[in-house]
Amino acid sequence: MMPNPNSFNNGNLAVEARNMHVYYGNFRAVKDISLKVKRNAITAFIGPSGCGKSTVLRSFNRMNDLVTTARVEGEILYHGNNIYDNDVDPVEIRRRIGMVFQKPNPFPKSIYENVAWGARINGYKGDMDELVESSLRQAALWDEVKDKLNESGYSLSGGQQQRLCIARTVAVKPDIILMDEPTSALDPVATLRIEELIQDLKEKYTIIIVTHNMQQAARASDYTAFFNMDRDRAGYLVEYDRTPDIFTTPQNELTEQYITGRFG
Amino acid sequence: MSITTTSTETNSSQKRFTLGASKMSGNYAARKRKSQIMEGILFLAILLALTPLALILFEVIRRGASAMNIEFLTSVQNISLIREGGGYLNGLVGTLYMVAIASIIAVPLGVATATYVVEYSDSKLVPFIQFFTDVMTGVPSIFVGLFIYTILVQGGGGFSTLAGGLALSLLMIPIIARASEEVIRLVPDDLRNAAYGLGARRWQVVMQIVLPTAGSGLITASMLAVARAAGETAPLLLTALGAFKIVPELLGSPQAALPLIIFNEARGPFEPAHARAWAGALELMLLVLLLTLIARAIGRKTEAAI
Amino acid sequence: MSSDANVFQRPAISRRGKSSEDVWFQRALALAGASVLIILAAMLISTTINAWPVFAHSGWSFITSAGWDPGISRTEITGSYGALSFILGTLITSGIALLIAVPLAVGCSLYLTNIARPTIGRPLAYAIDLLAAVPSVVYGLWGLLFFIPIFIRPVLKLIADTLGEVVPFLDGPVVTYNYATAGIVLAIMVLPIITAVTREVMSKTPIAEIQGAYALGSTRWEMIRAIVLPRARPGVIGATMLGLGRALGETVAVAMLIGGSEQMPTTLFQGGQSMAGVIAITFQEASPENIKALLGVGVVLFVITVIVNMVARLVIWATGGRIAGDAAV
Repeated sequence: MMPNPNSFNNGNLAVEARNMHVYYGNFRAVKDISLKVKRNAITAFIGPSGCGKSTVLRSFNRMNDLVTTARVEGEILYHGNNIYDNDVDPVEIRRRIGMVFQKPNPFPKSIYENVAWGARINGYKGDMDELVESSLRQAALWDEVKDKLNESGYSLSGGQQQRLCIARTVAVKPDIILMDEPTSALDPVATLRIEELIQDLKEKYTIIIVTHNMQQAARASDYTAFFNMDRDRAGYLVEYDRTPDIFTTPQNELTEQYITGRFG
Repeated sequence: MSITTTSTETNSSQKRFTLGASKMSGNYAARKRKSQIMEGILFLAILLALTPLALILFEVIRRGASAMNIEFLTSVQNISLIREGGGYLNGLVGTLYMVAIASIIAVPLGVATATYVVEYSDSKLVPFIQFFTDVMTGVPSIFVGLFIYTILVQGGGGFSTLAGGLALSLLMIPIIARASEEVIRLVPDDLRNAAYGLGARRWQVVMQIVLPTAGSGLITASMLAVARAAGETAPLLLTALGAFKIVPELLGSPQAALPLIIFNEARGPFEPAHARAWAGALELMLLVLLLTLIARAIGRKTEAAI
Repeated sequence: MSSDANVFQRPAISRRGKSSEDVWFQRALALAGASVLIILAAMLISTTINAWPVFAHSGWSFITSAGWDPGISRTEITGSYGALSFILGTLITSGIALLIAVPLAVGCSLYLTNIARPTIGRPLAYAIDLLAAVPSVVYGLWGLLFFIPIFIRPVLKLIADTLGEVVPFLDGPVVTYNYATAGIVLAIMVLPIITAVTREVMSKTPIAEIQGAYALGSTRWEMIRAIVLPRARPGVIGATMLGLGRALGETVAVAMLIGGSEQMPTTLFQGGQSMAGVIAITFQEASPENIKALLGVGVVLFVITVIVNMVARLVIWATGGRIAGDAAV
């Protein structure tokens, strides 16, 4: 039995948000998020669109910094440090907390270079061929591309491109991988492959996945956080628990309404 | 100001709307005929606009081709305007030489300017840079020549290849900056995000992802500017001056250019010089068109790739 | 995991804030961007300083009087310098060019955006853009040896013989190269930029308004009159200003076709000289003090064109952004 989120401690805690608010200009997009994420587990963020789940996800590796008007209040603790402290380099954070995006976005480079680039800019000095191969294997893509590593990443199918993006992220050897609706642009077969892949990846990585697909959350995650939009249009965390508990015995009425498809 | 303009326009167009509607009951056939006549007039405008192009191309090809030969392409300028013979090789070499120097200066500066404008668009400097880049495209090319004359030629440098190249580079910078800006804007944000997500620094994202992705489009932008610069005459009058031989020196000796020779030989009353000027014009147009066509072809490939 | 930490040499989160590489990168790019501003300022300052002795010597008469009689001194200003006839030459040729080019460009743009199917419109637009790729010295050569003597001069003679009797400034005798001939070729040269901007503005006409006009039973021409033209007006003004800026600064084609005379204009069919033209034609043989005077002419030209260009760009920006495409630069 997985431990309850309230019982996470330094031994199994990957990252934690404490009283976090995110603003875009004067608009508060999410409010008062407090949430602990377990190491080597899959945590799913669900909720109706506009509830701020992607915003929360992007706060974990400071991708929101790239939006000029975005501002984060509160703390995100990673290895005991608040990643939003003034003297923390967001680039350092992103090297340890990687990201896979909604739409497959390989670089216009060869398959090999797509995987190697991130590792190279991060100062990887080891055997690059080996790293590329192991990353592609971890992303369950090696067998399909091993004979065409020099072809463009764009020559792959959508599902393959998304696995290439996962391989690229894995090659940087992050602790945590954030996935922002990684299968929403893919067909059912490709989606299933990615879900299986995510199960394998949790052996080595902590995974947080945003999904609009409740079956996916139920099927593929260990913990589920349900977000909703409040009357002031700010997103907030309604309920967070072990995935089986959320889907069988939700404590909050809103959660129950959402998972039974009565709104959202 | 813009608000009042818009509102009066809306009023006037609404007024015409009602007029148009009330005419519905009128003679539709007559209105239809009037429309067709006006459309015909508009088509005549196109024909009128394209007639000069046809005439130029026809005349340059006709008279240029009849004066063009191996000797013209392979020999340097005839000192005499009255005698036949000689060619514009010195001008072709000088033009390519100065355009190359101009490119070395203008391409990095123009692309860097465009990169700043797109990638650091939140900087307060950016609107000024955009505005004055646009303004700089309209600076008279002869004035650019005067400027280089004051800072380089009269200061002891004398007329030279470098002075000519510098003048051309100043004309190229805003062209490259503007065209590159459009190209860099085409690079999808998805790619930037992907790179940042891997822990890339901003300079790495720009230098290793954004600019390579825009790569061939940037070449197009630069080639268009090169094509424009290769045809320039006015700034070279005050910086390169002209020369009758092939000039390898960067400094200390005046340099020749195709447009300069055409300008000088066309203005006299002598038929042999005129014949060479037509051949030179053909050579120059082919050079410019070649550069433009290559640029467009590369550009189309980029758009397809992105 | 420990071996990973080794290959990446990653300590605990470093606390050094923003990367200095990024700061320097941004500064270098900002400097490159600012170079445009620096160059423009340097241009104005350097030429003005060099021309200053002539400005000081001539005062306002430099631009309000017409006697251009260069001295030959190396050190002082001994001649008299009044550039009015050149200024008028530039304004007259540019005015003629716009008078011809603007209606033509509006007609072309209307045809390309509202009437031609894309399969025909695109190559036609491309062909008009090509006019911008022809070097100005080729326009000069072609006008000088072909277009003016064969096509234009007979027409101008006809105008002088008929309208010239009644309309001022259109009387003969018609010399071969004159204000009008330079203006006509200049019109061809500025046509592509005016068309490019006008076309862009017209292509942004809201489709809903066009359909609205048709829904009320408008013919195509009535739709154009009611919707496209009023909306395009500010854009056409901006395009005209941009074309004016280009016409004012055009040098060699005008220098070759304007006739090269320093007299004040009394008719469009006499020879004259423009500001850029006098610099191009006389600079290479000019005395040191004459060069200062020509630099002065250049400064006046620069100030006029930059003001015209700034107004043009502001008008165009106000109509909804910058114009794409290489004909517009």
